[in-house]
Amino acid sequence: MSVHADVARRRIEELLRTHEERIVRRWAEIASAPSEELKELYRALLAALEEGKNDLADVRGLLAELSRSRARAGFAPSDTARAVFGLKEAVYEIVEADTEGVEAARGFVWFSRLIDDLGLFTFETYAEARERIILDQAEQLLELSTPVVKLWEGIVAVPLVGTLDSARTQVVMEKLLQTLVETGAEHAVIDITGVPAVDTQVAQHLLKTVVAARLMGAECVISGIRPQIAHTIVTLGIEFGDIVTKASLADALAHAFKRAGIEVSGGGNARVVIRAERV
Amino acid sequence: MQRVPILKLGDVLIVSIQIDLEDQSVLALQEDLADAVVQHGAKGVIIDITAVEIVDSFIGRMLATIASMCGMLDAQTVVVGMRPAVAITLVELGLSLGGVRTALNLEKGVALLDHIRSATP
Repeated sequence: MSVHADVARRRIEELLRTHEERIVRRWAEIASAPSEELKELYRALLAALEEGKNDLADVRGLLAELSRSRARAGFAPSDTARAVFGLKEAVYEIVEADTEGVEAARGFVWFSRLIDDLGLFTFETYAEARERIILDQAEQLLELSTPVVKLWEGIVAVPLVGTLDSARTQVVMEKLLQTLVETGAEHAVIDITGVPAVDTQVAQHLLKTVVAARLMGAECVISGIRPQIAHTIVTLGIEFGDIVTKASLADALAHAFKRAGIEVSGGGNARVVIRAERV
Repeated sequence: MQRVPILKLGDVLIVSIQIDLEDQSVLALQEDLADAVVQHGAKGVIIDITAVEIVDSFIGRMLATIASMCGMLDAQTVVVGMRPAVAITLVELGLSLGGVRTALNLEKGVALLDHIRSATP
């Protein structure tokens, strides 16, 4: 740092210290924020400048807190940044009134850059906080979108809605297998009525799930295959092997009933007759 | 080397794997099991892997080997209690254990053996 700049910087620091009361009051006016908050921030800034530190860790910490609390209170990030930039205006008025040469004006340039950095930092904090919220929500969505429902004693179903990717299939697979262990269900139905498209990758994922369930000792049926999807699967040359596929959830349920030895008798008053369970 | 105990229940042998399997213990188990099947004239073998948390391709192959070995000695093999993570690992390894029967837990495994035997007198 050149001698000039050093002198200018010291002059600004001096001004900041002498006119603390006035600057904070003016700042609070411009930023329309509670002056206690700003005063704390101002003190931290002064302390950091005095120690000659350049990273301003304390100030950044306080700013991050301020930025978060203002974000929660519904302020736009530009409001917070503008409030920080308000300090420049407040200090400029002091610099303008300063009669001792050009040092203060020179120092103001340096000070202004510092404040710009801090203002941008509030933006970063805001963006980070937002990103975290989005990430959390994506995770929650993943949880929500894969329910495992019990259809009957020993029969569970997974209605899949939306596009299947590797991450989601992994969640579905784990959840389904976990449910099989917990409930002791021996029949599972994966319903893909809500899946808009099936390509080789999705089919691969489905097959893996079925094989994993089979390894654990449960039978898995895939249902809800629409005509177009059946067409696509055949065109792509995907082999489902000996895995049972059904057109609708009802067919799959009927199949599971049959396998579990449960008999449904139709007629006027439909009755469900449960025979001794064959395993 | 730890050996896996083989329990006899009627004409069914139950093997519950509670230890971390080393290659040596796996080989010993295969021999012990073959001997036990012949000695007791067992008609069914249940391998309980509820406590197994980590598998590799060797253990996957062991299960298939035991199943076909016992099949030669006229004993049906059922693997029970496989954990979800283990099942996923085996699938990712490309081992689908064709020919090995599975059940969710020991109880269902015993019931499955009974069912198989009643179906094929």
